[in-house]
Formats: sequence, structure tokens, C-alpha cells
Amino acid sequence: MKRNALVLVASIAAIGFAQSATAGTLEKVQESGSITMGIRESSKPLSYLDGDQKPIGYHIDICNGIVEAVKVKLKLKTLKVVHQPVTSQNRIPLVTNGTVDIECGSTTNNAARQNQVAFAPTTFVSNVRMAVKKSSGIKGLSQLSGKPVATTTGTTSVQLMRAHEKGQGLDFKEVYGKDHADAFLMLETDRAVAFVMDDNLLAGLIVGSKNPGEYEIVGEVLNVEPIAIMLRKDDPQFQGLVNAAVRDMIKSGEVDKLYKKWFMSPIPPKGENLNFPMSEKLKEALKSPNDNPAEQYNVKK
Amino acid sequence: MNYHWNWGIFFEQVKNGDETYLDWLITGFGWTIAVSLTAWIIALTLGSVIGTLRTTPRGWVVALGNAWVEFFRNIPLLVQMLLWFFVVPELLPKDLSMWVKQDMPAKEFITASVCLGLFTSARIAEQVRAGIQSLPRGQLYAGMAMGFTLPQTYRYVLLPMAFRIIVPPLTSEFMSVFKNSSVAFAISVLELTFQSRQMQEDSEQGIETYVAVTILYFVCAFIANRVMGQIEQRTRVPGYVTGKH
Repeated sequence: MKRNALVLVASIAAIGFAQSATAGTLEKVQESGSITMGIRESSKPLSYLDGDQKPIGYHIDICNGIVEAVKVKLKLKTLKVVHQPVTSQNRIPLVTNGTVDIECGSTTNNAARQNQVAFAPTTFVSNVRMAVKKSSGIKGLSQLSGKPVATTTGTTSVQLMRAHEKGQGLDFKEVYGKDHADAFLMLETDRAVAFVMDDNLLAGLIVGSKNPGEYEIVGEVLNVEPIAIMLRKDDPQFQGLVNAAVRDMIKSGEVDKLYKKWFMSPIPPKGENLNFPMSEKLKEALKSPNDNPAEQYNVKK
Repeated sequence: MNYHWNWGIFFEQVKNGDETYLDWLITGFGWTIAVSLTAWIIALTLGSVIGTLRTTPRGWVVALGNAWVEFFRNIPLLVQMLLWFFVVPELLPKDLSMWVKQDMPAKEFITASVCLGLFTSARIAEQVRAGIQSLPRGQLYAGMAMGFTLPQTYRYVLLPMAFRIIVPPLTSEFMSVFKNSSVAFAISVLELTFQSRQMQEDSEQGIETYVAVTILYFVCAFIANRVMGQIEQRTRVPGYVTGKH
């Protein structure tokens, strides 16, 4: 029985090997007349569903610009856009196996991922910080020693705290929510005194909470994460087109306009305003567009 | 598929730490075993008591046992986990509630073990009841006729046979405990499923991660199966249902 199971596992792996590499994305789009966009359901305001379950957001708008460029390049009159919801667990497999052509979500560009996929020039930069209740009086890492700190499963924020110079030698008691909403619930119900996560996500959770005035984002920047649109690796034709399209949008000021639309104005579905000004790091990244991984943003001094 | 395979990933260092991914999986495996065995002890103890009570002649005791079983059987395990973790502490007095939420030692481990234990106890209670009721009525009367009290009849006549009869379904239940313990990741127990998600996200070698985790769960459940198989062999009564003639 045990041997059978091993054979099964081995054959599943073999199927993976046997699948030949997909042909160029542009050829595929030309042939099928459609392109598949990976979207997130709740990565506000980068990529999420509005009241009618339609994907909207900052990265969706940028991707729509890319799709226009594909249409022009292939001289197509119409191009059908298929929206495929993805999660942080399946987004990379779905891009590598050809299900999704372009992922428009909230994916951090890092070196490990560059082994599997390629990234468009960085269009958003988030800082890992913490959300606390104002009443707790917590202002920085050093006040968290011995206290429970929440984060989300599949993220490595607590390790970042330990790695940070001010966090060394301190004892953090980490608790993990199975998703961002659960992790925020831990802060809300006092299971944790702080929630460590990307600041844009924290801002979104706070704005959407019952008493937004109760919370604030404080403390040291634990990590800087370039966030970008993701596509298949080793497809220079498509990658070149995506790069050019994104660079054009950055140069023309379109990206600036979209940033104001999604981060500085009321957004659907409830009309809340994140009031999240552009960070210096993002301004830099837009000044000289690049696909540098997170590791280059966080060089230890 | 453009997948970049790397089976050596388990021996590589994690991004922000000194340990390897294999260390993560081993820690996770340890917590999986700890939660499962603790839950199994709780489940076996409570399940036996409640299953037995459900066969007694006292009407209200039977009703209580039935209520227990239906309550824990009819709510999904994940929902029960979240109820114990997020809701129950809010019902306690304020100071105690804060203690449970922030200072109680090993709070996630205890919550998960108790929750999984109670969930499984309902299923074991059902099997114990079925085991006792499968015995001929004559055995109860025989015990009484010997001058045993009701508890003595259960202790010396009914339960020893009933437990032998239900070893096969208990085997399944014991294996299920290991597999069900994976739900504990939702309330922050750092067990195998949790570590696999962590490793998947950190290393981006998802397929290798899940293959390793599959094998570890399989090994767990398979060992549980063999242990119970041994117990079945050793305790069988020759000539009776589970024994060979």
C-alpha cells in the first residue's frame, strides 16, 4: 500500500515534467483571441472585487493598459479578457502552467520568485510596519517584547522583526491568522497587541473596520517590498511588450493619475478613502522603472 | 510547464533565519503529533464515558449524551476551532478573558487539542454506544444475575467485549485525528500544514513542499493504523467476532 502511494506521488511529479513549455504568450493570445488575467478578490486597492463582483483596482487598471498595448501590437479588433481569481498559494503555479497569462494582484517581487516567473517594472512599493490600537501606546518594536504579535499565515513578518536590529534579543510571541481578516480580528479582540503586515493592507483593513479611529500604523519599517504585475518567465516577446507598456504609462503620468484615483480618493464599494500618499521608495521606482527584487531594496547596512 | 524544480530546497536556509526548511517541517511534524495525541487522549476518555452513559437505563443521562454527540458532530471542525479561539474567550469575565487571550501558556496548543478532542469524542461516543448495543441483551442480564451492580456489569462484562468489537472503527478514528489536526493551522498552531504554507510562501517551491507534507501525513496515519492493528491482534478473543476461530 505504501509503495503504491509512492508510485502515485512519483507519477504526479512526472506529469509535471512531461508537460512541454507553453509557446509564446503573444502567439497563444493571437490564436485564441483571448488573454487570461489573474486577479485577487480582496487585495484592496490593488486588485479586488466591487459590489457586482467585477475585478477593479490600481493594478487592474494598469493591466487594462497592457491589454490595450497587446491589442495594438497584434492588430486585433477585439480581445476577450478572461478574469481568473487567484490566491497567494496558487498564483505562481497558475502562471507557470499557462492558466494565467498576466497576474494583476499584489505579488512581491523577490529573488526566490524570479526563479519561477518574471515581473513587470515595479508599480507599487509597500513597507512592512505594524498596526496597533491607539490606546495601547505602542510606538515601536522595543515595546512588543513578551507580547503577542499577529501576522498572517504564509508571511514571514515575525522573522523580519527578529532580524531587525531593534528586535534582536527580544522575545515576540507570534500568533498567526489564517488570512488578513482573521489576523486583524486578533488585534481587534486583543489576542494580539500589534499586527505586522504591509502598510497598504493595514490601511485598507483599518478603513474597513468598525472603529477606524481606534487604530494607527506605527513603528520601524521592517522590510520594503516592491510589488509588481507577474508574468511567465522566458518569454522575451511578451515581457518586452509588457515592460514597454508599463514604462509608457509611468512616463505619460498615467500611473500617477491611477495612484491618486485608488489611494487618495474615495473607492468602491463603500466610498472610503485610504489617504495613503506615495512613499519615497515608490517615487524612486517610478523615476527609473526597474524589476529589482525585494532583496535589493533591503540591503543590510 | 515552466516549473523550476529544486528537490534540494529542504536543506536550504530559510530567508530570514538560520534554520533550514527541513527544520520547519520537523517542528511542524512535532506539533502535529503533540496536538493529535493530546486530542486522542481527551477524545478516548470522554468518548468512552459518554458512549457508555448513552446505553444506561437513565433517560436524562441518555438525553445529555445524545445532546453532546449531536452538538459536536453537527458543526464543522474548522468552525469549532474558530469558535473556541475567537468567541469563547469573549464570554469570560474581563480579566480572565485577557489572561486567556494574551498570557495563558501554550494557548493555541491547548485550544486546538481540546477542540479536536471534543469533536472526536462525539464520534467515539457513537462507536462505543454501537459497540455496547451490539452485544446480546443476555449479557447484561447475566451480569445482573451474578449479583453485579450496574457499574460492575459494565466494567467486567459489557465494556471489555464492546471495546474489542469497535477496534476497527476506532482505528479509522485514530488515523482521522492526525489528518484533522491540520485544521489547527487556522488558530495559529505551528503544525505541519501551517509550516507547509509558510515554506511554500517563503521558498516558492510549492510542489516539493506539498509532496513532502503528503508523505509525512501518510506516514503518521499509517503508523497509527499499524499500532491499532497490533492492539486488535493482541486483544482478540478466540472464537468471538473479531477473533479467528
